[in-house]
Amino acid sequence: MNDFMQTVDWSRAQFALTAIYHWLFVPLTLGLGFICAIMETVYYRTGDEFWKRTTKFWLRLFGINFAIGIATGLILEFEFGTNWSNYSHFVGDIFGAPLAIEGIMAFFLEATFVAVVFFGWNKVSKGFHLASTWLTAIGANLSALWILVANAWMQYPVGCTFNLETVRNEMTSFWDVLFSPVAVNKFTHTVTSSFVLAAVFVIGVSAWYLLKGREEKMAKKSIAIASVFGLIFSLVTAFSGDRSGAIIAEVQPMKLAAMEGLYDGEEGAGLTVIGILRPESERSSNDAAFYFKLGIPKLLSIMSYRDAEAYVAGINDLVNGNPAYGIMSAEEKIERGRKAVEELARYRDAKRNGDQAAIDEITAEFDPSTPEGEEFLREYFAYFGYGYLDSPSDIVPDVPLTFYMFRIMVGLGAFFILLFAVFLWLSYKDRLERYRWILWIAIFSVPLAYLAGQAGWCIAEVGRQPWVIQDLMPTSIAASRIGSGAVITTFFLFLALFSILLAAELRIMFKQIALGPDKEK
Amino acid sequence: MKDKLVAIAGFYIDGFRQMRLGRTLWAIILIKLFIMFAILRLFFFPDPLGGKSDAERADFIIENLTEKP
Repeated sequence: MNDFMQTVDWSRAQFALTAIYHWLFVPLTLGLGFICAIMETVYYRTGDEFWKRTTKFWLRLFGINFAIGIATGLILEFEFGTNWSNYSHFVGDIFGAPLAIEGIMAFFLEATFVAVVFFGWNKVSKGFHLASTWLTAIGANLSALWILVANAWMQYPVGCTFNLETVRNEMTSFWDVLFSPVAVNKFTHTVTSSFVLAAVFVIGVSAWYLLKGREEKMAKKSIAIASVFGLIFSLVTAFSGDRSGAIIAEVQPMKLAAMEGLYDGEEGAGLTVIGILRPESERSSNDAAFYFKLGIPKLLSIMSYRDAEAYVAGINDLVNGNPAYGIMSAEEKIERGRKAVEELARYRDAKRNGDQAAIDEITAEFDPSTPEGEEFLREYFAYFGYGYLDSPSDIVPDVPLTFYMFRIMVGLGAFFILLFAVFLWLSYKDRLERYRWILWIAIFSVPLAYLAGQAGWCIAEVGRQPWVIQDLMPTSIAASRIGSGAVITTFFLFLALFSILLAAELRIMFKQIALGPDKEK
Repeated sequence: MKDKLVAIAGFYIDGFRQMRLGRTLWAIILIKLFIMFAILRLFFFPDPLGGKSDAERADFIIENLTEKP
C-alpha cells in the first residue's frame, strides 16, 4: 500500500472515530431537551414544586451531556479542511452554507437560552424560563438540521451546478438542497431516533431509582412521560425508516442491495429478517450469498416501491448492468466518468498553455445553459466520480457490515417500541416495582439505544461507499495529499482526547444520578 | 438601556458565582477548547488551501483531481 492510500485509510478511520464519539454526545442532548421542556410545562401549568425539582434534576443531566459534548463537532470541521481538502473545495458553498448557519444558530440560540435555563430559576419569570427551555431544545435540533442537510446532499447531490473555472459545485437552489427528500427524511429519522434514545435514558435511570427504592415518585412520573414520548417517536422513527428504504431504492440502489445482501435483482423481492452471510469469495448470487436466512416474501419490493411485484436491483445488476430494467453497467459509467475527467485534464492543460480556443470549447461543454452543455453534464459529468474507479466491483460497499448493522438497528428499534409500550402499560397500572427484571432490562437498554444510533450511521456512511459525494467523488479522491504520519498521530490523539471526555462524562453523570435530585455537587 | 445591560451582566455574573457542578463542567469546556484551538488547530490542522487565492485554489484542486497521487 502506498503512502497516499495509507493517508486515505487513516483519514477515513479518523473521521469515523470522531463521528462515532460525536454521536455518543449529541443524541441525548437532542431528545432530553424536549423531555425537560415537557416536564417544565407541567410545572408551569400546575405550579407543583415536585415538577420543578424533577425538571431541574433532568436538566442537570442534560447540562452535563451538553457541556461535555459541546464543540466535539468542531474537530469534524477541522478534518474537512485538513484531511479532505479536495472534497471541501469541490463541494464549495453547498456544504459551507449549512455549516455556517448551524454555527450561527448554535451560538445565538443555544448559548443565549442555555444560560437562562441554568441561571434563570427564580430570576426570570416562569413563562420566560419555560420558553428558554423550549428554545434550547429547538435550537439544538435546528443545529442538527443543518449538518444533516449537508450530509443528505452528499448522499443525493441536488440544487447545484459545477463551475469549471473554480472547480467547485455551486448552489443553484437553496430550497432544493434543504427540502430534498433525502434531507427531509434524514432529519426526521435521525432526530426522532435521538428522542427515542433520550426516552430510553430517562426510563433506564428512573428504573435504577425504583430498583434502589429511591425517588419513587420522580421515577414513576418520569417513566410515564418518557414512555409516551418514546412510544410516539419510536413509531415516527419506524415510519421515517420505512420511507428511507423507498428513498434509498431510488437514489442509492447499491446501498439497499448491500443492506439486504441482494445479489440478483428480483421482482417481488423478499426482505431478509435474519441471515448469516457466506465469505465474500462465495457470494456470487442470491443462492450462494447466505448460509441460511429467514425472510418475508415480497416485503422488500413493497417497502422499496409500494408494489409487491416491483423489481429491486441486486448488486450484480448494478455492477454488470441489466438492460431489461434500464440499469447501466458500472463499466459504462466508468467510461463516461473517465471522459469527464479527461475533459477536466484537457482544461487544465489548456489553461497551462494559454490555449484560449480549447478553454472556450471545454467551458461550453460544462455550460448547463446550452443544449450541448446540458447533454455533457447529464451523460458524462453525472458519472464524474466513476472516472476514478479501477474496476466495476469498486462500487460495492462492505456488504456484511451494512447488512448486519441494518438488522441491529431495525431489531433494536422494534425492541424499543415494545419496551415503551410495556413501560407505559405498567406505569398506567402502577405496577412498575412488581417487575424488577423489566426494570433491569430498561437499565441495560440504555447502551443498546446508543448502539442503534451508531448502527444507523454505519449503514448510512459505509453503505454509500465508495462515494463521499454520490456518483461525483469517491472517498479516495476526496482526501488531501498529506503524509500519513500526521493523520495516524492525530488519530491516536483524538482517541485519547475523546475517551477521556467520555470517561469524564460517565463519571460525572453516574455521580449526579447517585446523588439524586436534591444533592448537586 | 444601560440598566438593562447591567442587569444582564449581573444575571450572568450571579449565575457563574452560584455554580457548583457547573464549575467542573466549565473547566472541562475550557480545557477542551484550549486543546482544540491552541494545540490541535495550530499544530495538527494545517490548511492545505490556506493562503492561496481563489485561482490558485482552483489550480491546486484541478491538479489533484486530474493527476494520480
